[in-house]
Amino acid sequence: MTEAILDAVDVVKFLGSGAGRVEALKGVSLAVTGGELTLLMGPSGSGKTTLLSILGCMLTPSRGMVRVAGRSTAGAGPEDLAKLRREHIGFVFQSYHLFPTMSALDNVRLALDVRGEGTRASRAKAKEAMATVGLAHKVKAYPSELSGGEQQRVAIARAIVANPSSVLADEPTAALDGANGQIVMKVLAQIAANPARGVLVVAHDPRIIPFANRIIHIEDGRIVGMEPGGAGLNSK
Amino acid sequence: MSLVFKLARRNLFHDRLRFIATVIGIVFSIVLVTVQMGLFLSFDRMVTTMIDHADADLWIVPRGTKCFEDPSLLDERERFRALSVEGVADATPVVIGFAQWRMRNGGATPIFLIGADMRTDGLHPWNLVGGSIEALSISGAVAVDRSYFERLGSKGLGDSAEIRDQRVEVTAVTSGIRSFTTTPYVFTTLDRGRAFVGTTPNKATYYLVHLARGADAAAVRRRLDATLVDAEVLTPGEFRSRSRSFWLFGTGAGAALFAGALLGMIVGTVIVAQTLYSSTKDHINEFATLRAIGSSGTYIHKVIVFQALLSAVIGFGIAAGIGWIIVRATADSALPVIMTPALVVGLFVLTVAMCVLSAIAAIVQVMRIDPAMVFTR
Repeated sequence: MTEAILDAVDVVKFLGSGAGRVEALKGVSLAVTGGELTLLMGPSGSGKTTLLSILGCMLTPSRGMVRVAGRSTAGAGPEDLAKLRREHIGFVFQSYHLFPTMSALDNVRLALDVRGEGTRASRAKAKEAMATVGLAHKVKAYPSELSGGEQQRVAIARAIVANPSSVLADEPTAALDGANGQIVMKVLAQIAANPARGVLVVAHDPRIIPFANRIIHIEDGRIVGMEPGGAGLNSK
Repeated sequence: MSLVFKLARRNLFHDRLRFIATVIGIVFSIVLVTVQMGLFLSFDRMVTTMIDHADADLWIVPRGTKCFEDPSLLDERERFRALSVEGVADATPVVIGFAQWRMRNGGATPIFLIGADMRTDGLHPWNLVGGSIEALSISGAVAVDRSYFERLGSKGLGDSAEIRDQRVEVTAVTSGIRSFTTTPYVFTTLDRGRAFVGTTPNKATYYLVHLARGADAAAVRRRLDATLVDAEVLTPGEFRSRSRSFWLFGTGAGAALFAGALLGMIVGTVIVAQTLYSSTKDHINEFATLRAIGSSGTYIHKVIVFQALLSAVIGFGIAAGIGWIIVRATADSALPVIMTPALVVGLFVLTVAMCVLSAIAAIVQVMRIDPAMVFTR
């Protein structure tokens, strides 16, 4: 097992204010390590998305500490957090969030463009990422011309094109049928095989369990269990 | 090329109807500003046109004169006093005043008469398109501008009318000598001008001073100031400035034009701001995604500002075309709209500034985006 590349230590997060204030996370500690696919499971309202947002440097913890590639996010402002995201974290969203007016290739290139990478280099890298997810032949297609599974694979290509150390995926198969869900999870497991990269997947779908190296259960803002998901080895 | 521009272009053209509305807003605004500023420039030229075309090193004017069309009178003694001053070669009288132009068909219209000695340097009609200066020495001869033919009920050269019960004949025709007040200018000789405005031969409105060779204008002016009693001495630049200040700002005419231009700018800014704001709102998911994948605030601002700039360039291009048509269409009218290279550049800068300013509301909206919203949509 390699060293943690993304970790949360005793993270507490309050959401809302006044009478509506709730403690969404109640002292969560979690580490994402390189070379493994970690599955975070829990019922609705258990704090999965809040934890993902904090690990993804979109929210800051009310208490506790988050480290990205060894660097604490304490005291970081919105621009510092954005910099951490673009340099170290790739995201895959449930509803893909592709840009409908741009081609698949340009959607992937966006992750490099926000890093200021030049056109020629970014095109080559984006094509390589599209090939990694098995869509080398769809670079010119627009999202509306792709199936849900293909759109999610484009989103995965966008998440990995800048070679981040962590990939965070929020319900990546929720909008897909079984076959497409399997394809997407195989791609994510393949990505997680890189020892320098950790993948954390938040999901309800039990069909994902075979792809996970580790499963973490969260309930009511607390980690309540952790177990190996050894079947993930099947994809390796 | 960065994807910023591509993203901005696609966002802008994605909703064509909204894009057309934006461009119409910009075009409407810039055409309005163009017309107002073009009229302002036109008026600005008109109010100083006589001063610009007069051959004078200094002007002797009645004390307190507000503008060229201010028809007070100076006594000829002031002229003799001026001629006695060292460095003054000549002081040419000019008389101005309002009169009635009675047409042959019985109608009448007010005119603004300019009487000057046509044999010496001074104030002569220019841009002659018919007749000659020499022809003004014929008895009853006058020069009129062709843009006022209709107002004067005239068909041009050889046509006759009456001023102060005296028959006059058009012996010279000019082009483009228009009056800010829209009252037609009519040129004639000094003596005839005095008769038409009803003043005595020893009076004049202005004396145009010509300096002796090698004379220092400032020194001559100081000496004239010390010598003259009821008159003041102005350089052409000072007289221009005084006329401009009176007509454009003293009367409120300039302020009205500026107010129209300002209104155009405000309307344009609001329209562009509204469309950019609603476009940003429609693409809020995309901006949130950009933020989530780590784009800086500057990157997103660039997308919005590029959208604004693209709207500005397209809107300005169309507005400039319409402006050019208006300029051509009004060129020979009594109220021409003038377009100068400086005005074109100024309008482009204004359009860009207006559109970038409009982007602020959209940028403020984007600044408030919570990137974590991408997990819940």
